[in-house]
Amino acid sequence: MDQAQHKAQIMDAAGMQRAIIRIAHEILERNEGAESVGLVGIHRRGVPLAERLATAIENIEGVRPPTGSLDISFYRDDVMRHISPVLHATDIPFALEKKDIVLVDDVLFTGRTIRAALDALMDYGRPSTVQLAVMVDRGHRELPIRADYVGKNLPSSRDERVYVALQPLDETDSIDIWGPMSSQSAER
Amino acid sequence: MSYLIKGAHCVDPQVSLDEVCDVLIDGTRIVEVGKDLSADDATVIEAEGRYLVPGLVDMHVHFRDPGYEYKENTLTGSRAAVHGGFTDVATMPNTNPITDSGSEVRYQLDHAHAAGLCHVRPIGALTVGEQGEALAEIGDMVMEGAAAFSDDGRGVQSAGMMRTCMEYVSQFDRVVCAHCEVESLTKGGVVNEGRASTRLGMFGWPAAGEELEIIRDIELSRLTGCDYHVCHISTEHGLDLVKQAKEQGLAVTCEVTPHHLFLCEEDIDDSYDTNYKMNPPLRTARDAEALRKGICDGSIDCLVTDHAPHALHEKDCEWEIALFGIIGLESALPLMLEKLVKPGDMSWSRLVEVMAINPRRILRLNPVSIEVGSAADLTLIDPEKTVVMSADYIQSKSKNTPFLDREFTGVATDVFVDGKHVLSDGVVQDGS
Amino acid sequence: MLSVKHLIDTPSLTADDITQILDTARSFAEVNNRSIKKVPALRGRTIVNLFLEPSTRTRSSFELAEKRLSADTLNMGGSTSSVVKGESLADTIQTIDAMNVDMFVVRARLAGTPQLVTHYTDAVVINAGDGKHQHPTQAMLDLYTIREHFGHLDGLKVAIVGDLSHSRVAGSLAPALKTMGADVTLVGPPTFLVDDPIYYGCEQTSHFDDLIEDMDVIYTLRVQLERMEGAVIPSKREYNRLFGLDEARMARMKDNAIVCHPGPMNRGMEINAAVADSERSRILDQVSAGVATRMAEMYLLLGGENNVISD
Repeated sequence: MDQAQHKAQIMDAAGMQRAIIRIAHEILERNEGAESVGLVGIHRRGVPLAERLATAIENIEGVRPPTGSLDISFYRDDVMRHISPVLHATDIPFALEKKDIVLVDDVLFTGRTIRAALDALMDYGRPSTVQLAVMVDRGHRELPIRADYVGKNLPSSRDERVYVALQPLDETDSIDIWGPMSSQSAER
Repeated sequence: MSYLIKGAHCVDPQVSLDEVCDVLIDGTRIVEVGKDLSADDATVIEAEGRYLVPGLVDMHVHFRDPGYEYKENTLTGSRAAVHGGFTDVATMPNTNPITDSGSEVRYQLDHAHAAGLCHVRPIGALTVGEQGEALAEIGDMVMEGAAAFSDDGRGVQSAGMMRTCMEYVSQFDRVVCAHCEVESLTKGGVVNEGRASTRLGMFGWPAAGEELEIIRDIELSRLTGCDYHVCHISTEHGLDLVKQAKEQGLAVTCEVTPHHLFLCEEDIDDSYDTNYKMNPPLRTARDAEALRKGICDGSIDCLVTDHAPHALHEKDCEWEIALFGIIGLESALPLMLEKLVKPGDMSWSRLVEVMAINPRRILRLNPVSIEVGSAADLTLIDPEKTVVMSADYIQSKSKNTPFLDREFTGVATDVFVDGKHVLSDGVVQDGS
Repeated sequence: MLSVKHLIDTPSLTADDITQILDTARSFAEVNNRSIKKVPALRGRTIVNLFLEPSTRTRSSFELAEKRLSADTLNMGGSTSSVVKGESLADTIQTIDAMNVDMFVVRARLAGTPQLVTHYTDAVVINAGDGKHQHPTQAMLDLYTIREHFGHLDGLKVAIVGDLSHSRVAGSLAPALKTMGADVTLVGPPTFLVDDPIYYGCEQTSHFDDLIEDMDVIYTLRVQLERMEGAVIPSKREYNRLFGLDEARMARMKDNAIVCHPGPMNRGMEINAAVADSERSRILDQVSAGVATRMAEMYLLLGGENNVISD
């Protein structure tokens, strides 16, 4: 991050809130209501994002879908380079069976995080469907994975870095692009 | 052959010599000592800046010959001895078979003669097979040339048997040397009992296991009148016991090794380097300090190496199954110079006492001194020459020393044994 | 990331290392409570369990931990070990190392063996108990169990009771507890006490009954009766009377205090059956914690910077 330079703000707090509400509508439309839906956020920023989506759905539909969180550290295919200093508990307090699970993450990049998340999720049960919601899709996929719900498609260069800030983990809500970076790109 | 050693600083307290002078050797004897000597047919050794002393004696070595020649033999042991500056070594009897009869003594002397380097002074066993049960043929061994007697490596466990041994030896003019260890107190012990045994998680070898045997043997010396010598003393209290015995006029002496002087249990680190495993074990820093004081102030009589060669496979293994002991012939003098003489804690005269004069007296050898008529057993030391104690440098067949690859300044450069130039400018002259 | 490359002893671990192991173990405890108790964290990694001294319990715990991390494992030891055939440790390790393994879990009768193994391989080494020296993975599961109960370790008063001088369990647990700020007292007959308690920073005493009311944890050690009776203690009966944790002593413990034991127990010797099966007993929790903490140790050690694999 030392040599990263702030390039532009892609979205501010209001823009993000509008995107979250739109995605909430799309989830309800696709799943014909909130009845069967469960939201599972991927640590770290997928977790508050899942909560926001649940609130948005509740505001629209009057029903709050169950939410959970998923730590994928043990499932990474690059674990030797990515020992997390802090592990977060995986907490999915509802049965996955017969649910339409929406995995929630902040940025979709190579797809490796989602691949690991799918593996992790399957160790908890067998949902009817698994869908993917992300705030930003920045391209550069290395695996055949695509998002069902996207806040913003953001074509980027590999050496740039896309940063999604989310309260309460961060001070504000915003999406920013930084670059170029000297170190290897990392998916957040 | 004659040699003229010119300009060396000669040190020999026996003749109150501590000055620069020349020494002329002819045949096996010293024939002239004085200033500005010259001799037409003598090989001249320019020795300015070096020290000439009576040949060093190590009265506690293991040459492993016969029986364990893969560790050392008389030739390689002799090479190590002269390389380290020694003209005489006393070999302990724990060979295979045990040196407990005259023929075993003669075997060693014959092999030493064939090696033709240093004097080997066999120490005979007190009991048959060092089993502590039956008296060995001590008189037979005396007649073949045994210099002293000891069941080194374990000690005579029964007080009654030890009394018999000392009574029997007292008829000859010989000393009983004792490895002091009460085995019922040290069973399984592989490090000093205390900090080391706790930290490393192994059975302790308590200081009391040594001290109790010293107390017993001093009383047996009093009872039998036999001269008694404590081998490789390792504790402060043990030394106090020897001092008390001396004050009471008993014929009690003791020796210490460089490792007990200059290493302690704290030097054994978590890598479990078995080159720090010896018997008795390395004791506390306080014990080592007391021993250093003792060798300087005269309460310890001599320095010995307990040169104990072992093959790599006997040391490169788990600590508890590794064999006890380290080699020492080639590092002893450098250590003494570096740790005691150069810092000024020990005079050159005192060094000569503990490494040459006293061991000869205890072994009942003819005195060697820097005076006309004395045997030309001499050691020439360069206090400024630097060497690295590498595997190639070490002449011993085994390389088990914690000082491997360490740099030393101050070594023997030349050794004469009966006038024969067996170490010349640091190179052993055995024709090989 | 831990500050050590290998897990050989507890005095080498910092408070931060221990906290990391215990925190990570919580995540693995969660995995162990799932219906599918397996994660692919160490997929493709090879771990050799070199047990030069038989130990069913510790080996089972390690094996389960390895399998739940998806590592490939190879068990050596007992009658299959070449070490017993006279081959040296160096030969054994170098032979296995030539097959390119990632980790050795070493259990040995001789102190210092795991440390020696590190001389012969670049693989990571975990000490699963060496002679009378150390048993660091046992200490970590003990700390985990105690911390789960109290929520913290600092300030706790812990008595370790038994044959301390021959105990690798005490040798690992006491320093680790001290590192985490607990107050440790070693208790046993004088013939069982350690040569140098100052090294551990512990008090030691033979007056068990004087301190029971003050302790948060009473940790009783297994007494190897077959080696002890008559030699350093008179009898099982006398030991139980003086140092056994029985119901009367348990009744005097603090309300929230707990009882631990590394197993296997000699019921009626160092601990009475009613105590072992009581609500205070955390003995089965210790066994569960063993799998989770060992998973954490292997996960953290095989993820160290020293083990980075190229892209």
